[in-house]
Amino acid sequence: MSERLEVSKTYKLYVGGKFPRSESGRVYAVTDSKGRTLANAPRGSRKDARDAVVAARKAFPGWSGATAYNRGQILYRIAEMLEGRREQFATEVAAAEGVNRTKALAAVDAAVDRWVWYAGWTDKLAQVAGGANPVAGPFANWSTPEPTGVVAVIASQRSSLLGLTSAVAPVIATGNTAVVLAAGASALPALSFAEVLAVSDLPGGVINILTGHPAEIAPTLASHQDVNAIDLTGVAPDAGVASARDLEIAAADNLKRVLRPEAKEPDWSADPGTGRMLAFTEVRTVWHPTGY
Amino acid sequence: MLATRSIKTDAKVAAIDLAIRMIDLTTLEGADTPGKVRALCAKALHPDPGAPDAPRPAAICVYGDLVAEAKAALGDFGVHVAAVATAFPSGRASLDVKLADVAYAVAAGADEIDMVIDRGAFLAGRYRAVFDEIVAVKAACARSAAAGGGSAHLKVILETGELSTYDNVRRASWLAMLAGADFIKTSTGKVSVNATLPVTLVMLQAVRDFREATGRQVGVKPAGGIRTTKDAMKYLVLVNETVGTDWLDPDWFRLGASSLLNDLLMQRQKLATGRYSGPDYVTVD
Amino acid sequence: MGNPFEYAPAPESRAIVDIAPAYGLFIDGKFADAADGGRLKTVNPATEEVLAEIAIGGEADVDRAVKAARKAFKSWSALPGAERAKYLFRIARLIQEHGRELAVLESIDNGKPIRESRDVDIPLVAAHFFHYAGWADKLGHAGFGPDPKPIGVAGQVIPWNFPLLMLAWKVAPALAGGNTVVLKPAETTPLTALRFAEICVEAGLPDGVLNIVTGAGETGRALIAHPDVDKVAFTGSTAVGKEIARTIAGTRKRVTLELGGKAANIVYDDAAIDSAVDGIVEGIFFNGGQVCCAGSRLLVQESVADELLASLTRRIKTLRVGDPLDKNTDVGAINSAAQLSRIRELVTAGEAEGAERWSLAGELPGKGFWFPPTVFTGVTQAHRIARDEIFGPVLTVQTFRTPAEAVEKANNTAYGLSAGVWTEKGAKALWTAQRLRAGVVWTNTFNKFDPSSPFGGFKESGFGREGGRHGLEAYLDV
Repeated sequence: MSERLEVSKTYKLYVGGKFPRSESGRVYAVTDSKGRTLANAPRGSRKDARDAVVAARKAFPGWSGATAYNRGQILYRIAEMLEGRREQFATEVAAAEGVNRTKALAAVDAAVDRWVWYAGWTDKLAQVAGGANPVAGPFANWSTPEPTGVVAVIASQRSSLLGLTSAVAPVIATGNTAVVLAAGASALPALSFAEVLAVSDLPGGVINILTGHPAEIAPTLASHQDVNAIDLTGVAPDAGVASARDLEIAAADNLKRVLRPEAKEPDWSADPGTGRMLAFTEVRTVWHPTGY
Repeated sequence: MLATRSIKTDAKVAAIDLAIRMIDLTTLEGADTPGKVRALCAKALHPDPGAPDAPRPAAICVYGDLVAEAKAALGDFGVHVAAVATAFPSGRASLDVKLADVAYAVAAGADEIDMVIDRGAFLAGRYRAVFDEIVAVKAACARSAAAGGGSAHLKVILETGELSTYDNVRRASWLAMLAGADFIKTSTGKVSVNATLPVTLVMLQAVRDFREATGRQVGVKPAGGIRTTKDAMKYLVLVNETVGTDWLDPDWFRLGASSLLNDLLMQRQKLATGRYSGPDYVTVD
Repeated sequence: MGNPFEYAPAPESRAIVDIAPAYGLFIDGKFADAADGGRLKTVNPATEEVLAEIAIGGEADVDRAVKAARKAFKSWSALPGAERAKYLFRIARLIQEHGRELAVLESIDNGKPIRESRDVDIPLVAAHFFHYAGWADKLGHAGFGPDPKPIGVAGQVIPWNFPLLMLAWKVAPALAGGNTVVLKPAETTPLTALRFAEICVEAGLPDGVLNIVTGAGETGRALIAHPDVDKVAFTGSTAVGKEIARTIAGTRKRVTLELGGKAANIVYDDAAIDSAVDGIVEGIFFNGGQVCCAGSRLLVQESVADELLASLTRRIKTLRVGDPLDKNTDVGAINSAAQLSRIRELVTAGEAEGAERWSLAGELPGKGFWFPPTVFTGVTQAHRIARDEIFGPVLTVQTFRTPAEAVEKANNTAYGLSAGVWTEKGAKALWTAQRLRAGVVWTNTFNKFDPSSPFGGFKESGFGREGGRHGLEAYLDV
């Protein structure tokens, strides 16, 4: 009896809730930590980045206008769907990051828990980061944190699922939409993660996932005039400071909010705090007279 | 035939500008107001306030009752006013009413009349009635001597989405051309299927054959659903491949659209700056 | 018989201010000339009279100021918050005591009506110091962790439209948080900042905690680029804001930018028209429209546009343009010749693009920089005057049909600083406010400010907030 031939997966981008191939028709071989080819991933192009931004912009009014409760429900649903694929992701993370199964499983579990954590934040941040302002006059005056818009995320190239989750969950928790570039070790787990998103009631376009070469895609996202903010986290460890600086300069063209990369890979298991949510919110203050 | 062609850099700049010049910038809503029409006219005159070299669209396309408003707002900058008429979009009214509709728009100063054919008559096989009606409308397009004489250009909307088959589209195209159409136009934009590339191809083949047979050149206007630069480029390539450069001119090819203009302007900005633009950097009017 | 209501001129006395012929830089608690002796002149924009000569700080001066601030940082940041608080309270009180003098000085140097400098600018300056004084010993309760640390040396560059108020917005939270400051005032309006330095000396503020380096663009550039500046705060144009963002790219410098705006002021058909008219006037003619959050784009529902415009014109005709020191004056001088020519250029563009101009008739003073209150009708989003920030007393009027269209047009701009909404229907006001991509939304009011109310923009209007707890965050290492 011959051994059964495995059915391998064709990895595709995730844009606007659909799984397109790269507009460029190109793929690249993704290798593991020992240089062995794991699979081909689509090599996203500048036009794919543009399409993803269009999809993210289109999704923004609906997602930012959804109730915080509704967003929390959907983030929790993502956690549920991820939990159900725990074994699959443990295998993928282990292969991508070159870590053992125990470590990979811990990362997957932490990622699930992180989605749960942010699911609980959606209807609390406005109370923690906003408030009523006691102005000296007959006015009601209050401030609320509002989503900044379309956020480009250059995700960690090392922490494939936990790093990705830790970067993108806070972005969408507050009502932003995201275009994520997952390169390096993150590419394949990120594209598989898109399959989780696709069955999680998350409206198409809220998270878009591109894979490919950062040198090609990141500058397009950094200079795109319809991107409101950029998280450069994944630029730091591999590309060096010069590149992050170039991207920050490009981002200045429309005054994007820039989350700079840290000097070394962040400790993704640490308590994330509210910083990543607040980095991509705008405080809006409303004045209204009181009287009759 | 409908294959894509690659248009890059300099050619792309020229193609985008040509597409802009071919647009009939359209607002055809029950909710149209003088203010809305004035805003659209300003958009036609200054498509991109940050780029004074951006070309202007060919025409503004409005309902007949707003022609005077549009004429006043547009001044003498060469942007035409096109009016939809003949009980647009359904075409369901008596001939008298349709002709009055046309005469009103012409008297108000419309440079172009976009009429709809009687699809009911066409689908019932009463081709003669359709033909006669176009002939009558053509006559109604004549301007009085006091208004400078001549005649408003007549675009005949076939409403190809309702004609359903390519055979019908081809037959209706010939019928309209024989009746005196200056332009044949796909759609009102008010039904579920509007301009498509295959239908436009059929119409382009018809105007090509018609010119060969009669020596008279007729223009083509796809309308409805053309929203992106990519869409527009496909149409221009189709024109180039089917009928050649004679039709690559706003006098002979138009695009009925509204949101297309801003997409073309964003592409134009991209070519100028190297950065992808966004909706905050083009004007909504 | 003449009109018994020909108001008599009521000029505020200038005698209360004592302007020196020349000022040095205020570094490490002392005034000193610039290293290379460079000077510029500051003039009264209402008369073109030269008020004083001001030192132009060069790179060496900036470096000296940053070093002084760095040195002072050690002890200032180590001071118990309650002690820092008391310095700020002292400063607030001294500003109140010198309130009239500062108001007159501000009006002379800036050209704004004394009614505004006396009733708005200076009281808000004092209020700001009071507000942040109270924060200095409560930082652990501000929601940024139990013991938030200061950032270090703040390099601050401020504009000419609210000279002392912008200083207060920057200096008060910085000092409260335990930072030290090098501040560059605008080249055309340095006098109140220099007077403020003297007030700090009077308050006994330790040397080097606050340094004022006057000068123009080059001085500001040197300050922002200085490697030992930890925190950059800027209020001014979007173009300069972008330049700053590029300059500090790749560094660890923290930054807040408060930049330009093109605020929509939306008037619905159910607005109280007379209130709205007053709000429109307040929105665009306050400080002669030289306000980043000015309500420069009036969006009026088409069905009430004619009625509203008639009322608006009637109201504008009662405005009095002229001597900033006259208590009757509503609209003062334009701050500089350069700003006046910018306004003129855009107004000319508006006319060329076919918008219809109406300007308040009446003679303007022969000397100085003046522009009459002006309204452009027949404007659309496609007009340059509806896109570019004019920064002058020029209102553009557009119409809309539905709430959704109002919001779409209001948000169709690269800016996002402020917006106004006028309707008697609360639900509609809040529905609109929720959808406006702007940092401050005034409903049924306009151009109100308070130290407890965060201020700052979306999109190209910059980032970070000034005022209240949110404004504190910009000066803490969180």
